[in-house]
Amino acid sequence: MDCRQAAARADAFVDGELDPAERAAMAAHLLGCAACRGQVEERRELAAALSAGATYHRAPEGLAERIGAALDAAPAFAPGRAQRWRPAALAASLALVAALSSFATLRLAVPDPGDALLDDMVAGHVRALMADHLTDVASSDQHTVKPWFNGKLNLSPPVKDLTTSGFPLVGGRLDYVAGRPAAALVYRHRQHVINLFVAPDDARAAATPAASARQGYNVLHWSDGGLGYWAVSDLGAADLAQFQSLMRETR
Amino acid sequence: MTDIERKARFERVALPQLDAAFNLARWLTGNDRDAEDVVQEAYLRAFRYFDGYRGGDGRSWMLSIVRRTAFTWLERNRRPGTVPFEEFDASEMPAADGGSAPPDDPEQSAIRSADRRRLGELIAALPAQFRDVLVLRELEDMPYRDIATVCGIPVGTVMSRLARARAMLRQAWIRPQRKGLSHGL
Repeated sequence: MDCRQAAARADAFVDGELDPAERAAMAAHLLGCAACRGQVEERRELAAALSAGATYHRAPEGLAERIGAALDAAPAFAPGRAQRWRPAALAASLALVAALSSFATLRLAVPDPGDALLDDMVAGHVRALMADHLTDVASSDQHTVKPWFNGKLNLSPPVKDLTTSGFPLVGGRLDYVAGRPAAALVYRHRQHVINLFVAPDDARAAATPAASARQGYNVLHWSDGGLGYWAVSDLGAADLAQFQSLMRETR
Repeated sequence: MTDIERKARFERVALPQLDAAFNLARWLTGNDRDAEDVVQEAYLRAFRYFDGYRGGDGRSWMLSIVRRTAFTWLERNRRPGTVPFEEFDASEMPAADGGSAPPDDPEQSAIRSADRRRLGELIAALPAQFRDVLVLRELEDMPYRDIATVCGIPVGTVMSRLARARAMLRQAWIRPQRKGLSHGL
């Protein structure tokens, strides 16, 4: 992907609207291109300013009730059926107004920042498999993989050797999730690949649930020593939980 | 279906969308009173045509009616001096005043109320055909597909309008902001 193509996709990338292959190509381009990273950064900056600064105008108090009353007065659009005033209908309308009032307190679900993060992690896992780009440094040796990240990231992911427990290390990769570079450590268990993403443990990271599943992948999240960890795999939940506990205890 | 059942079904679909409906109408009309009128009218219309609702995303359905109602309202109440969007030029956006934002603490994450007002003004200055797409995306967090449904335009058009709306805002917001900041430092 060249810069012209990247510029045309910058909005869709920030909005999470690219398909996995395009997303992978875009992420690869961004890793190597500071100018386009700046473009994406500017978009994120505006998005952040808008979500923090643009007012979401919630419906004023009483609007639901006023609409409810107006609906009661409006003719129901059932052809050939005349609206008749009956005490029973009046009682029902009053009940409806009461029901509408209770709806007035109903609020739209606020988009969860942790959700977007999880989507990004799973997309990262999928694109690494699809683009056949699992690792930038292929090594089963933790002492090769760990130093490789030096100078590439502002964090040093702890790399552990779990071969004896059935989770051999495959290598490491620089990835781009949730608007920042992250370390991806790749492990294998039988035929399954585990991507372990390591990124700074911030508010967005903390918003992701400890265990979740999406698009058929299991995701486990934990934090440790200021770092957030996300293990993404098509492994069964029990196997992935075993991987998690091994990662956490082998210090 | 009795009237009561029909109303109950309608309220289950439409009332949870009330905040989204009001927010869209408010950004399109520019004031609370007109937004309320638009929303109320849209709900009556939606109720009248509720039999045509075949399930699916209630928010998209309701917001498309709110949007149409708001645009009809805008047509009727077009103020003299309103620029049709074809002739709109981003350079006519009110310029950000770097001096009005004292660079007290660049790290401060909370947006100052002056900034908040200014951002609101910039969005309000966007032509309505760009504003709806922007509000649905940035404030309602809708996927492109749903925005296309609400606005009755192809996804490609959603993308180009969104890109233009954001470019106008970036030009008016981020760049002067940075300039102001570096002057202050």
